[in-house]
Amino acid sequence: MFADASNFVQSVDNTFIFIVAVCVFFLVLITTLMIVFVIKYNRKKNKKAVNIHGSVPLEIIWTVIPTLLVLVMFYFGWEGYVKMQDAPPNSMIIKVTAQMWSWKFEYPNGVKSDTLYVPLNQPVKVLLHSMDVDHSFYVPAFRIKKDVIPNYNNTAWFKPEQLGKFDIMCAVYCGLRHSYMYSAVVVMKQKDFNKWLAKQEEGKSDVDTTSSKM
Amino acid sequence: MSNSSIALDGNGKLPSYLIDQGKHKGILAWLLSTDHKRIAILYMIGVLSFFAVGVSLGFLIRLELLTPEGTIVSAQAYNELFTLHGVIMIFIVVIPAIPGIFGNFFLPIMIGAKDVAFPRLNLLSWYLYIIGGTMILLSMVLPGGAADTGWTFYIPYSVRTGTNMVFTLSAVFILGFSSILTGMNFLTTIHRMRAPGMGWFKMPLFAWSLYATGWIQLLATPIVGITLLLVIIERVFGVGLFDPTLGGDPMLFQHMFWMYSHPAVYIIIVPAMGVISEIIPVFAHRTIFGYKFIAYSSIAIAVFGSMVWAHHMFAVGLSNNAEFIFSLLTFLVAIPSAIKVFNWTATLYKGSIELEAPMLYALAFIFLFSIGGLTGIIQGALNVDIYLTDTYFIVGHIHYVIFGGTGMALFAALHYWLPKMFGRMYNKKVAKVAFWHIFVGFNILYFPFLIMGWLGMPRRSYHYLPRFQIYHVIATVGSWVLVAGLLIMFINLLRSLRYGKIITENNIWGGESLEWKVQTPPIAENFEEIPVVTAAPYEYKENDEPVLEKEEIV
Repeated sequence: MFADASNFVQSVDNTFIFIVAVCVFFLVLITTLMIVFVIKYNRKKNKKAVNIHGSVPLEIIWTVIPTLLVLVMFYFGWEGYVKMQDAPPNSMIIKVTAQMWSWKFEYPNGVKSDTLYVPLNQPVKVLLHSMDVDHSFYVPAFRIKKDVIPNYNNTAWFKPEQLGKFDIMCAVYCGLRHSYMYSAVVVMKQKDFNKWLAKQEEGKSDVDTTSSKM
Repeated sequence: MSNSSIALDGNGKLPSYLIDQGKHKGILAWLLSTDHKRIAILYMIGVLSFFAVGVSLGFLIRLELLTPEGTIVSAQAYNELFTLHGVIMIFIVVIPAIPGIFGNFFLPIMIGAKDVAFPRLNLLSWYLYIIGGTMILLSMVLPGGAADTGWTFYIPYSVRTGTNMVFTLSAVFILGFSSILTGMNFLTTIHRMRAPGMGWFKMPLFAWSLYATGWIQLLATPIVGITLLLVIIERVFGVGLFDPTLGGDPMLFQHMFWMYSHPAVYIIIVPAMGVISEIIPVFAHRTIFGYKFIAYSSIAIAVFGSMVWAHHMFAVGLSNNAEFIFSLLTFLVAIPSAIKVFNWTATLYKGSIELEAPMLYALAFIFLFSIGGLTGIIQGALNVDIYLTDTYFIVGHIHYVIFGGTGMALFAALHYWLPKMFGRMYNKKVAKVAFWHIFVGFNILYFPFLIMGWLGMPRRSYHYLPRFQIYHVIATVGSWVLVAGLLIMFINLLRSLRYGKIITENNIWGGESLEWKVQTPPIAENFEEIPVVTAAPYEYKENDEPVLEKEEIV
C-alpha cells in the first residue's frame, strides 16, 4: 500500500501518518486516563469525591497545544494539496470523459481508449468532462481524486512512478451502475507506450466510440 | 403505565403527568396534549420506531455486502436502501432524537418552568415531524420507488432519477419546519422562562447545549428548506437553477446543501454533548470540571460550525483560497470539541465513580466520539482528504461521530432519565450486558470501514473489488453483535415500563439539577410552586454520600 505509484503518494501518506500518530497519542491518553480514573476513584474504594471546579492554566494548555498541533497538520495538508494543483508545462494532456457508467480517454493525437495508458515518469494532466451527472475520477494508488462535474472543466495531474496496472474508480455516486464504473490506468515504459500509441493511431481507436465532444 | 398510577396513588403523591390527562380523554389526551412531557413521550415513540426501521435497513445493507456481487437485493434496491437508511437516520432519528425527547421533557423542568414557551407550537412540531417521517416511509411503497440519490440529493442526478424525489424532498422540507419550531421554542423558553435565580451560568449544561443547538436550527435549517424546494421546482418546472443542461449550476446546490447539512452535524452532536455533561458529574458524584469552558465551547461550535461547510467539497474543484480557508477553519472547529473531551475526562479525577449503565454509555461516548472527531481531523488535511473523501473512511467517520456520539448519548439518556419519566427501573444487569454487546459490536462493525477507506474502497457501492471482502465480512458480523445488543437493550427498557421496580424517590442517581427535585414521575406543570434557584447545577456537598441505596432489581 505504501509503494510509490505516483509523485503524490509520499506526501499524502506522510501527512496521514503524522496526523494519525498525533490522534492515536491523544486517544490513548484520554482512554488511559478514563480507565485509570474509573478504577482508582471507584465508588467502592473512594467514597469521598473532591469538588474541583476547574483550572484556567489547564484550560489554556489543552486549548493552545491542540491548536498548535492542528495548525501544523493544516500546513502539511495545504502544502501537499498545492502541489496537486499545477501540472508541469511538459505534461501530456489527456481528455477524460465520464458518462453513466464508463470512462473514455482521448489522447492529443485523437486516439481514444477506454483504458488509460500512460508512460512511466511522464507527467499527465487529465481534463475532466462529464456527459451527464457528477462523477469523480479516483485513482487510489496515485492518491488523487477530482470530481467530474458537468460544465466545470476540472483538471488533475499525476506523474506515474511505477510500472503496472492500477484501478480507476468513480467516487461520487452516479446512479444504478455507479459501483461498476471502473477502468484502469496502465503505466508502461516510454517505448512500449509509443508502440501502443502508434498501433492505435493506425486503427485510430481501439474502441467503438462515437465522438464524445462536449 | 396504568400500573404505575395505582402504585403512585398509594404513596400519597400527586397524580403524575401520566395520569393527569388534562381536558381530553383516552388517546386524545396524548394526541392533543400540549404538556411538554406528553409531547416528549410522543417524540420518543416516533424516534424509536423510525430508528428500528433505520437499523433494519442498515442490517440489510450489511447482509448484501457480504459478497462483492449482488446477493439478496438488486442494485436499484441497494441504492434505495442506503438512501433511505441515511435519510431516516439523519432527518428523522438523530436530529430530533435528543431535543425532541429529552429536551422537551427536561429543559422546562431543569430551568424551573411549567412548560415550553409555546406549547401548541410544540405539538405542531411533533405533527410536522410525524407527517414528514411517514411520508419518507410511504415513499418506499409508492410507485416509482424510494429516492435513490443518497441522503445528499446531489444534482444533477436528483433531477434525472425516476424515483419519488418530489415526495421525499417535500418530506424533508416539512421535517425542517418541525426542527425550526423546536429550536425557536427552546430559545424562547430559555430566554424568558427561567425560574427566579436561574441565571445563565446556573443553567445545567444540557440547557446550554440546547440553547446553542436552537440557534443553529433556527438559522441553518431554512437554508436546506429553500434548497430542497428549489430542487422540487427544478424537477417539476425545469427552471435551470441547478441543472447544467439548462444552464444551471450543480455546484450551487452543493454549497447550499452543506451550508445547512454541516451545521446539522452540530444540531445532532451538541445536545448529545449536553447529555454527557449531565451524566458524568452525577456518576462521578462531584462538580463538573470547567463549567464555563464547556458552556462557551457549545457556542463556539455553533459559530465556527456554520463556517466550514465547504470541507465536504474539497475534491469538487474549489479555488485555492476557498480550500485554504475552509481547511483552516475545519481544524479550528475541532478545538472546542477537544476542550469538552478534556473537561469531561478531568471531571472523573478525584470523583467517586459509579459505573451504572448511563455512565458506561457516557464513557463509551467519549471514546467513540473521540475516534469520530480525530478521524475528522485526518480529513481536514487537504491532500489527505482528496484521497479519503467519498470512501468508506468518511462513512466510518460519520458513524463514529453520529452513532458513536449521538447514538450512545441517546442510549445514555434513556438509561439515565427513563426511570424518572416512568417511575420504574430497568434491570441493571441486563442493561450492562446490552451495553457490552453494543460497544463491541459497534467497533467490529465500523472500524473496518476506516481501514477499507484508507485502502481506497469507494462509498455507496453495491459491487466492490474482491480484495475488500474480508473487511466487509468482519463489518457484517459486527452488525449482528450490535443488533443483538440493541434488541437486548430495548427489550429491557420496554419491559421495565411495565414490570420494572417502582421508584418512589425523587432523586434516583444523586443528581443536583432540578429534575431530581421534582416528583417521580413529574406532575403536570412540573412544580407545585416555582422554585427559587440559589445553587449552581453541579454543586455537590463535601463528602458526598449516596442519596439513597440503589438495589439491583431482580
